Order: sequence, then structure tokens, then C-alpha cells
Amino acid sequence: MSALPQLNLFTVVLIPFIGAALIALAGSHRRLREGLSWASAVIFFLAVMGLLGAFLDGESVSQTVWEIMPGLTIAFRLEPLGMLFAAMSSTLWVLATPYAIGYMKAKGYSNLGRFFACYAIALGAAAGIAFADNLFTLFVFYEILSVSTYPLVAHTGDNKARQGARTYIALLLATSIGLMLPAMIWVWTATGTLDFADGGILAGQVSPAAGAVLLVLFMYGTGKAALMPFHRWLPAAMVAPTPVSALLHAVAVVKAGVFVVLKIALYVFGLDYLRELATSDLMLYIAAFTMLAASLVAIRQDNLKARLAYSTVSQLSYIVVGAMLAVQLAAIGGGMHMLMHGFGKITLFFCAGAIYVASGKTKVSELDGLGRRMPVTFFAFLIGALCVIGLPPTGGIWSKWHLVAGAFDAGHSAIMVAFMLSTLLNIGYLLPPVVRAFLRPLPEGEKAGFDEAPWMCVVPLALTALGTLVLFFMAQSAFDLLGGVFAPTA
Amino acid sequence: MTITELMPFSVLVPLIASLVCALLPGRFWPWAVTLVAVIVSAVIAAFTLPAAAQVTLSYAFGNWPPPIGIEYRVDAANAFVALLVAGMAAVALPWAKKSVDKEVPERQGAFYALFLLALSGLLGITLSGDAFNIFVFLEISSLATYGLIAHGSDRRALLASFRYLIMGTVGATFLLIGIGFLYIMTGTLNLADLAERLPEVRDTSTVRAALAFIIVGMGLKLAMLPLHLWLPNAYTYAPSFVTVFLAGTATKVALYVMLRFVFTVFAPDWSFVVLPLSTVLMILGVAGMFAGSWVAMFQPNIKRMLAYSSVAQVGYMVLGVSLVSVIGLSAAFLHLFNHALMKTALFMAVGTVIYQVGSARLKDVRGLGRTMPWTLTAFALAGLSIIGVPLTAGFVSKWYLIQAALDQGQWFLVVLILVTSLMAVIYIWRVIEAAWFQERSIKQPDVGEAPLALLIPTWILVALNFYFGIDTRLTVGGATAAAEALLGGGMTP
Repeated sequence: MSALPQLNLFTVVLIPFIGAALIALAGSHRRLREGLSWASAVIFFLAVMGLLGAFLDGESVSQTVWEIMPGLTIAFRLEPLGMLFAAMSSTLWVLATPYAIGYMKAKGYSNLGRFFACYAIALGAAAGIAFADNLFTLFVFYEILSVSTYPLVAHTGDNKARQGARTYIALLLATSIGLMLPAMIWVWTATGTLDFADGGILAGQVSPAAGAVLLVLFMYGTGKAALMPFHRWLPAAMVAPTPVSALLHAVAVVKAGVFVVLKIALYVFGLDYLRELATSDLMLYIAAFTMLAASLVAIRQDNLKARLAYSTVSQLSYIVVGAMLAVQLAAIGGGMHMLMHGFGKITLFFCAGAIYVASGKTKVSELDGLGRRMPVTFFAFLIGALCVIGLPPTGGIWSKWHLVAGAFDAGHSAIMVAFMLSTLLNIGYLLPPVVRAFLRPLPEGEKAGFDEAPWMCVVPLALTALGTLVLFFMAQSAFDLLGGVFAPTA
Repeated sequence: MTITELMPFSVLVPLIASLVCALLPGRFWPWAVTLVAVIVSAVIAAFTLPAAAQVTLSYAFGNWPPPIGIEYRVDAANAFVALLVAGMAAVALPWAKKSVDKEVPERQGAFYALFLLALSGLLGITLSGDAFNIFVFLEISSLATYGLIAHGSDRRALLASFRYLIMGTVGATFLLIGIGFLYIMTGTLNLADLAERLPEVRDTSTVRAALAFIIVGMGLKLAMLPLHLWLPNAYTYAPSFVTVFLAGTATKVALYVMLRFVFTVFAPDWSFVVLPLSTVLMILGVAGMFAGSWVAMFQPNIKRMLAYSSVAQVGYMVLGVSLVSVIGLSAAFLHLFNHALMKTALFMAVGTVIYQVGSARLKDVRGLGRTMPWTLTAFALAGLSIIGVPLTAGFVSKWYLIQAALDQGQWFLVVLILVTSLMAVIYIWRVIEAAWFQERSIKQPDVGEAPLALLIPTWILVALNFYFGIDTRLTVGGATAAAEALLGGGMTP
């Protein structure tokens, strides 16, 4: 990996933005646009890998780009959690690019210049969030991410899409401007800094009551983490074309949300301080409630994408729970779940999109017998489902393992029970589609025979499914990477 | 020639040029003369600011020594405002050519002459250190503005202009009454002299009434709620260029005059005690923020929507003033500058749409995101600034405003500021949604992208919005100096 050049962080963040500008200029020129989409994804991936190589060699990489107001800077720094997030999203972007091209072509969407440009901007914003060294930088890119994904959700422009997109942007902006921004300004006035620091910056600077309020503001201010009752934007975003739901609303956007939660828990509050706060248990139980309630809603959804969306709401709360447990093991488990769930859920969404492309079916109740027509897709769906449920031989088991172990460590037996219950519920809503597809006969009048989606859609989903299997064996390196958060030198 | 001797020419050059302009025929020369005059004026203003920030400049007209003769007295506060006014005029003029050719096809000499008069009036108000002189320049700029608004191609422009004339005259009369009262009590019209003499007589109802008259009079010109009624119609029906110019300058100058009187002529430790000014301004500011944003959310005409948004933005400035602290006043000055940047950019983008489509109704903007991408993208980016998204100028001023509120422990103000920012999201978003996510109906004509002569100035302003969102040295430095000049008794030599 050291063969790759190590660019400075701002340059890496800029790559997708430059790509987006070029894609927008290429506009309706199909080949150029697709070539540029590939190029930005691959160059970005290589750049992030270059950073990863340097990071694993133990180099500390940081950069202050610009001081906007005294003390308020745009600054980047590599740290384990962000490295993991960036590595995951850049990898999945490369895999999602052919899928998006294939899917959008197969379904005959228009305005693709705008689509791929916004897609790239969203990834650049995710990278900015991943590398941010202070709350302000993080907030800037968080907002760019919200705004740049709006056109993607509203892409088709019909009434339903506009309505969904409105809910989407309204909830995300209302929470971030209404709650996170004041919390950030509060931290700034109380401590005079917004930099992320090991062990937090708040301890001893604000009264316990203020800290407790701040925690609630930050947790709900991070609307992208989809804590109930601010989770409605995620199901609403499902009106978007499936590549958007897959990469953004299973990976980049939602993972940015929980990433922010972890980051704030670790570097603004600090786990020791977090444990003392009056509201951390409250947030913990709200997250646990979200976890179970969203699963219950998911079981009742017949629309496959809506089911997956509620499943995401539930899974995101695993990570919030991991952060709120405020013990090292659970925080690491949360970080790992970010990765594992990312791979598992993108596979599931890729499959849902492939099913729609190949057969036009969107409902779980219509999937009967489809497994024989689309064996690759449904096999991948099974693997993705196993990963999200947390069963071997997929990576999903390790993150749940550590989360449960963390709950045990923290002495929250109720949370352990919640994890177990949630796993059962996961089985209840993720396996029926596969069971229907493989075990039930096709409805009368539909022709049997092999009929997969275009290979541009099938290959990526097979690869991400494979990825979850690889992660089963590679989990230790992710654990070691995240362990660096708590290493004394970091 | 020192900067002190040069400084009055930023007022005189447009004044003299307006006479020339009125006599020029055709379409090119009036514009060209105006452009030269405005650039000269802006350059002088740009040189004045750094000099005035160090030491208060004073120029006595006709060599009559100050308390007797008319004096131009420039410190950081008015130099900052003067640079804003002249600078905005200079940026707007290159844009004006095409737009004015279309909307005011005839007698452009008179039109540009009025514009120059309005400009020199506004600059005169800003630079003058003499209360009566301020009133005279206020009338010059107001009368010229009425004429400019009446040039609008819609017949309703006449009514809007007439309405503004009535309200504006009431405002100016109030100011005059206030100044008259002060003159009765002190026998002087020089602002610095007034500041010195007032303490002896200020516990009289005459002086208190003077303060009240001046605040209400300037509140009218400033469009502070509930005295804003003239503004939406005037902005909506005036020619696009006039709206662009007024939105960035006229209300700002009125705010400056109000501040000059409240803070320097009557010291803040008196004016904020004798009248419950802080409370009143805070309530009116917040009410303006809410009412303006609320009404803006439902306007079918984009120009009108932006006009109501201006009422809201004035509310932010008034709120900053009501906090009576250096940081609050700095926030007000910052927003004064930043709002000029964003509103000018927005009105330019809308004016460009009007140039191409002939209307600024929301339903006529449908689908334009695809055919006029540069114009509408400029609108969207400037809209981000008015929402207050980080990295834009709007964010910087809101950041300071919130800091000022927190400084005094006024938590609820923070909440209110953020809620109104969210309302701004809604009204800007309506335009974006119409432009990109709604189809153009078949009956509406297809239009292409606007000419570069309109696009380039618009994008320069959009770029400035981002530039001043990232590099805040000039704006924050200037605004802080201005606030300190007002609070720290900048008028005493």
C-alpha cells in the first residue's frame, strides 16, 4: 500500500468535488460522464488507500486549511474511526458506480449529469466528515451532505418524490440547524474550542446539567443517525432511485450520522464524562427503543425498500447504543458495526434494485419463486441478510459480539436482552423474502427460467456479498484499527 | 491632496455627474458616465476606510470651522457604510446596462441622473457630520428614489412609488422635527457639537421627544416592522436594477443614521435608559424576523418574497443593535454588509430571470434550472448565504449575532434566530424546487441562458458571498471598528 502516493487530506476530500464539477460539465455526454464517474471513484479510492497505508505505518496526518474566524478553522486529521469510515465509503463507491450506471440506464432515467455530480459531491462530503478535526469542519460537510443528497432523493421530480424529498431535507436541516448548531455554539462559548481531543473537551468545563442537555441536543441534532422520533426522513428518502438508497441511505449518509455520534461521544464528551451524565442512560434507552420499535415496523412493511429502510433505522441505533454504553468495547463494536452493516445493507439494497430492474417487483409478497429466476441475487440477499442479522460466516457477527460484550461490560443487562430480541426480529423480517423466493412456487402465468438483472447490477452485489464474507475473517484488523482510538499515543 | 480633502469627492463626483448625465442622449453615454462616476466614488471610499479607521477625518466645507459651517466627519462607522454603498453601486452598474435597456428603454439620461442623485444622497447622509445636512441629503436621495421606482414597467410601480413617497416623507419629516427639537435646545446642528452640549439639557421632554421622533422617522426609512409597509411594493415593481441597488444600500444607510443618533449624539447610557429602547428594538427586531420570513414563505412572486425577506433581515440587524454591546453592534454592522452582498446577488439573479422570461412569478420559474442553469445556480448559492450555511457570508453574521445573544445569556434569542433561519430555508427552497423539480408547462415559452453581461456581475457577487464567508478579516475587522467607533465616542476628536 505504501506504493500509493500519500496526498494531503484536503486534496483527497477535493477529489470527488472536482469530479462532480467535471461530471456536471460533461452533462448529457454519456461516455464522458460515465468515464469521469469511474475516474473519480477509482482515484478517490486509491487516494484513501494511500492514506490508509500511511496511517497503518503509524504516521500522524493532519492539516489546517484555513482559519475562518479566530480559533474557528477548517482542519483535517486522520484518526482510526474516520479512516475506517473513509475506507469503507470509498470502497463501496467504486462498487456502486457500475451498479448506478447500469441501474439508471436500465430504468431509463434522465438528468444523469446532475445525478452523478451530486452522487460524487455526497461522497466528498462524507470524506470531509470522516477527516474533520473539529466540530465546525464536521458541521460544514454534514450540511453539504444533506443539501447535495436532496436532488438525488427528488430525482424523478414527480409529486411523490418531491414530497419525500421535502420531508427528507426538512428533518435533516431542522435537526442540524435547530439542535446541533446551537449545541456547537454552546460548546464554543463554554470551552473556547471546537477541536476534537482524546478524552473529550467538555469535562470540567460545563455544569453536569448543561452537559446533560448538550448530549440530548447533539444526539438529536445528528438527524442522520435517525433516532426516533426524528427517523421519518429515512423511509421518506426511499423514493430515490435504488443506487441512492444503497450507497447513500445505507452507507454514506446514515453512517455519517452514527459516525458523528461516535465522534462526539469519544472526542467531545469523552467516555468517562459521558458515563457521568444524567441523560446518557436516557439516550441509551431511547436508542434501544428505536432499535426494537423500528424492527417491529419493518416486519409489517410489504415494500422491500421500506422494510430495509426501517431495518437501517434499527441498525443505526445499535451503533448509538454502542456509543451511549460509554465503554471501550461497545464503542469499538459500534465502529465495527458501521463497517459490517455498511457492507451487509448495501448488498440488500443492491439486490432490491436488481429485483426491481429484472422483474419490476417492489413488494415482499410478490417475490414468490423469484429465487429460481434470479439465483445470484437472492443468494447475495441471503448473505447480506445474515450479515445484518449478525450470523456467521459474515462479518456481522463480530460487531454484534463486541456490542453485546460491551453491554455486559457496562452492566446493562437490559440492553443485552434488547440486542437478543432485536436479532430475533431481524430474522423475522430479513429471511422471509429469501424463503419466499426459494421455497414458494412462481405465481401462475409467469415464465420460469434464468432472468437476472444486467451484469452491471449483478456483479457489484455479488462483490459486496463476498465482502461480508471476507470481513468475517478480517475482523481482527478492523478491531485493531479501532483499538487505536484508545491507544495512549493516538 | 490628502485623503481628508479627497473624501468629499465621493459625494460630489456622482452629484456633478448627474447633471451631465441628465443632458446626454442615447443609451450608451449616460450609462458610461455613470459607471465612471460610480467607480471613482467607490475608489475614494475604499481609500477612506483604512484612513478613517485610524483617525477621525474632518473636512470643513467652504473653510467655515465646524460648529458653524458644514462638516464632513468620517470615522470607521460611516466609512464602512460609505464603502458598502459606493461598492455595491459599482458592482451593480455593469449588470445594469442590459437590464435597464430592456426595462427602461427611453430617456435613460434622466434615469441614470436620478440614480446618481440617489447615490450621492446616500453617500452624503453617510459622510456628513451635520444634522440638517443629513436631512437635506436624505431628501435628495428619497426624491430621486421615488422617481427611480416610478420607472418600473408595471403600472403598479406608480402606486408603489406614491406610497413610498407618502411614507418616506412622513419619515423625513419626523427626522426633521427631531433635529429641530435638538436645535431649539442646543442651538447647534453639528453632530459632535450636539453630543457635547446635549448632556446639559437632556433631562427635558423636548430632547426625549427628539430621540423618539428620530427613531420613528429612521425606522420608517429602515423598514423596521411595523413601519415596513412601503417596502414590498416598492421592491417588487421598481425596475430590477433599482431594486438591486436599493436592497443593498438604502435601508442600510437609514440604519446607520439611526445608530449615529442613538449612540453618538445621545450617548447609549442615556438613550437606552430614558426610553426602553433595548426592549422595544428587540421586540420589533424579532417580530420583523418572524413576520418577514413568514410572509416570504407564501409569496407567489420571487421579487416580493425577497422584499419580505429583507424585512426579516433588517430584523436581525435591529436585534443586534438592541443588545447594546460591541459584539452585538458588530453583528449588526456585519449583517448590514453581508446582507447587502446576498440580497444584491439574489435580486440580480431574479433580475436576470426577468430579463429572459419577463416575470418573476414562481410558476414562471418552473423548469428553468435546466435551461438557465448558471442563473438559477447563482440564485441557489446566494440563497445558501441568506439561510446562513457555513462558508457563506450569511453564516458569519449569524454566528456573531448568536454569540452576541449568548454573551448576554439570551438563550431564547438563539432559538428564534435559528427558527427564522429555517424559515429562510423554506422560502429559498420553494424557488429551487420550482426551478429544478417541476416541469415547464407547454404554454410557457422556452428560454435559453442569459447573456454574459448579466451573468458575470451576478457570479462576482455570489463569489463575494463565499469569499467573505471564508476570509472574514475585512468584514469582521471593519464591523468591529465601526461598532467601537460608535460605542467608544468616535465623534469626539
